[in-house]
Amino acid sequence: MTEIAATPAENTRLQRTLGVLRDVTARPSGAIGLTLVAFHVILAIISPWIVPYDYKAMDSLSMLNGPSGAHWLGTDHLGRDVLTRVLLGGREALLVTGIATPVAVIWGGLLGIFFGLVGGRLDEVLMRVVDAFLSLPWILKMLVLIVTFGTGIEVLIPTLAFFYGIPVIRIARAATHDVVARDFVSAARARGHGRITVIRRELLPNVLDTLMVEGAMRWSWMLLAFSSLSFLGFGVSPPTPDWGLMIADARGFMSFAPWGVLGPVIALSSLIIGINLTADALAKALGIDRAQKAPV
Amino acid sequence: MSALIDIRDISVGFVGRDGRTREVLRNIDLAVAPGECVGLVGESGSGKSTLALAAMGYLKRGLRLLNGSAAFNGIDMFAQSRQELERIRGGQLALIPQNSGQSLTPTLRVGAQLGEALRLHSALPANRHAAKVVELLGHVRLPDPESIVQRFPHELSGGQQQRVAIAMALAGEPEALLLDEPTTGLDVTTQAHILELLRDIAAERGMAMVYVSHDLGAIARVCTRVVVMYAGEIVLEGSTRHVLRSPTHPYAQGLLASIPKLDDTTLPIALDGRPPAPGDAGAGCAFADRCALVQDRCRSTRPQLVPSEFGGTARCFFAKEAGRQQGRTIGAAPVRFSSGDTMLDLDGLSISYARPRLLEQLLGRGTDVPPTVDDISISIGKGETLGLVGESGSGKSTILKTIAGLLPPAGGTVTAGNQSLPHAVEQREPGQLRQIQLIFQNPDDSLNPRHTVADILEQPLKLYFGLTGDELRSRSAEILERVRLGAHYLDRLPSQLSGGEKQRVAIARAFAAGPEIVLCDEVTSALDVSVQAAVLDLLNELKETQGTTYIFVSHDLAVVRALSDRVAVLYQGRLCEIGQTDQVFEGKSHPYTKVLLGAVLEPDPDAAPTLAADDIVERAPPARGCPFQRRCPRRLGEICDTDTPPWQSPEAGHFIRCHILLEDLNADRPH
Repeated sequence: MTEIAATPAENTRLQRTLGVLRDVTARPSGAIGLTLVAFHVILAIISPWIVPYDYKAMDSLSMLNGPSGAHWLGTDHLGRDVLTRVLLGGREALLVTGIATPVAVIWGGLLGIFFGLVGGRLDEVLMRVVDAFLSLPWILKMLVLIVTFGTGIEVLIPTLAFFYGIPVIRIARAATHDVVARDFVSAARARGHGRITVIRRELLPNVLDTLMVEGAMRWSWMLLAFSSLSFLGFGVSPPTPDWGLMIADARGFMSFAPWGVLGPVIALSSLIIGINLTADALAKALGIDRAQKAPV
Repeated sequence: MSALIDIRDISVGFVGRDGRTREVLRNIDLAVAPGECVGLVGESGSGKSTLALAAMGYLKRGLRLLNGSAAFNGIDMFAQSRQELERIRGGQLALIPQNSGQSLTPTLRVGAQLGEALRLHSALPANRHAAKVVELLGHVRLPDPESIVQRFPHELSGGQQQRVAIAMALAGEPEALLLDEPTTGLDVTTQAHILELLRDIAAERGMAMVYVSHDLGAIARVCTRVVVMYAGEIVLEGSTRHVLRSPTHPYAQGLLASIPKLDDTTLPIALDGRPPAPGDAGAGCAFADRCALVQDRCRSTRPQLVPSEFGGTARCFFAKEAGRQQGRTIGAAPVRFSSGDTMLDLDGLSISYARPRLLEQLLGRGTDVPPTVDDISISIGKGETLGLVGESGSGKSTILKTIAGLLPPAGGTVTAGNQSLPHAVEQREPGQLRQIQLIFQNPDDSLNPRHTVADILEQPLKLYFGLTGDELRSRSAEILERVRLGAHYLDRLPSQLSGGEKQRVAIARAFAAGPEIVLCDEVTSALDVSVQAAVLDLLNELKETQGTTYIFVSHDLAVVRALSDRVAVLYQGRLCEIGQTDQVFEGKSHPYTKVLLGAVLEPDPDAAPTLAADDIVERAPPARGCPFQRRCPRRLGEICDTDTPPWQSPEAGHFIRCHILLEDLNADRPH
């Protein structure tokens, strides 16, 4: 049994947060995941000051050169330094998804909680709309929007936030249904608390855990989507370095200059693996069994 | 005769977060002879289920065998290969779990599941399986087994599911059955039927049984020998008669005293304190901290199990003293004061879950489904406790929800004090809301896991009294003291409390509002008996100091008897009988009340339940006539189906709703 000394209530909440954090870092998956994510985020912030070359600087004399003392990861088909471009290539992706993820979780979460609370026929009808929407391949839906409104961050962020908020609706609705059925919600209603108080005090704290884990998952899916769009030429426009774009550019030379692909691939996958491992550890620390949920 | 199940010096434990090994079972020896029925009793966490599962060579995840062995038929179960274990388990040694509704596969028909059990564990040729399935279902006394074969588990009631689970266990012609709380969660009448079935089956087949239960009444019915467990060890072992009548261990005595009994009009005596957590039992006797006979020696030396002169073996230095002080304690009398003023008045209350279908809505007609609860008129005096009894589905909780405003009724009125209350909670005035408080069955569900005890208690204080800051906190601490929890509990989360402590917090939250009426919905049924006694004590004490009016809903008649001034008996949402507690329990009574009373199990080796009516579960009340018409053992005839029975009054304040004439009502009374 845990012995807890008398402390003000705020400390208990802080203790819980710290406890969850400790639990996450104590798990191998959490420790590795958090390290990877932190590594990428820090790198994205400081990379402009530490890269050895200018990412735009072409060198027609050393095109598709292998790794060497001067170019640790070699050069690409325009003679640009691959290491420089790998180091910088995650900035755009992290910025876009870093904004789009919270937006997706917030709007999807709010709408999901709303559906969960309303219940009944309206909820059923709206959820079938959501299902229909989810059944379409994501790339199609996104391409339609991008083709209509053009590329660029100002389109990509809302697009990603919109599409990745939809599965969040499902999760938030399910979590809300679970909580609403519990007696502490009935108890609060019977006491005569207003609707808003019941939602804020009784419901939200219990749904937030699920949403946090869901947010982490959405983040990694969104990174993949962003890179795929770049790969297809709908994301970042050249010459801005981006992993997806670099893979697209270098894949033609993969047979004799694999370093052009390997660098961005390792960078992208290590970040996604890092996020997934963290989400996993977080789910376990919060006591949410994510293993049973199918990835949407 | 050698033992069928032979557990020797077994210790089981887990490695805690701090790296220490914590023992859940400590050096247990248990031998069960062929054909013998042994009961394992103890509070939750005592290790009784772990021990029963260890007999199968199974340990729950995270647990490991530290010492000893468990043999079945001379085979060491912990040394067997997976295949070998699969052959024995479910075959010669079968398990019946607590909630068999969950252990049956929901997508397979009953016949298919039983067929599978036969295929795996019976030598019968495949072409005879179908006939055997029907035979097995008939054996567990399921009516119309041919049709049950075709059903899915969810189409059966809890009692029927349990019977199917028993039939499955019998498929392999087992030599021994392990039963883990097989009747917990079932209605009293169903429970009595299942226990009789188990008794008969064990006797017919000469099967050994290990019966795990917290319910000494159930144990008394089926077992010949009882093993009492506490903190992972056996503290008392002896014949059922010895353990129930003259136990020589203080813990067993305390446990017995904490069980409310049907013929007892006083409150059961609470067993204070709580058992040590695994690994925290210390060097001495694990029960020392809660024991009345404790001496210095008990704290330093662990007593051994020794045969006592009174029969049985007890793990106590003072078994002799314990044996002598039998039956000396008497529980507190329930507080009874009723001023005669009406506090709460329910008039013609009817509640319906059925919504009109689309066609009916279009035609402007109401639904023709009879309402779930109908025609409830009860008037409750100030300071009175009304017990509301009935089986699951009788509408007890539904009525409480309606009084609390959570479920608006289809008709009728609720009057508190002399104000008629609006139906919906949203329309009620703050004063009306404060007046009525509801306590739920399961504190795990009624306390928000993310709120500290302080958060929980502050909600009503802020809402009803507008308290803030230090005043809020000091008032919360004061309320906690009143439910006998210290102020240091304020900053704990519900997950850091035991079951009893959680329910105290839930009670404290209700009383923080300073309510006049408290609605208790099965408030003790999720708790251990010793904890239940303490909670009943607390409710009684609060009634004394606050003059509260209670409506106490319970399926446990003995608990209702201990606390109530008046009792109302419900069947299918209709009142059958209402009267003073003594009148209902001892005077003339409705046939349904008689069925309920007859099914109550007592922790007494000589008590036998009377099984009058079938244990069929009805899903909807009949449209006309008496609600009990389909199950009534004393049905008069067609009049029961067509006419609503009249209220008859044998004594002042006692009313029975039945067609049978008053003078004939008790013609076959078993008592």
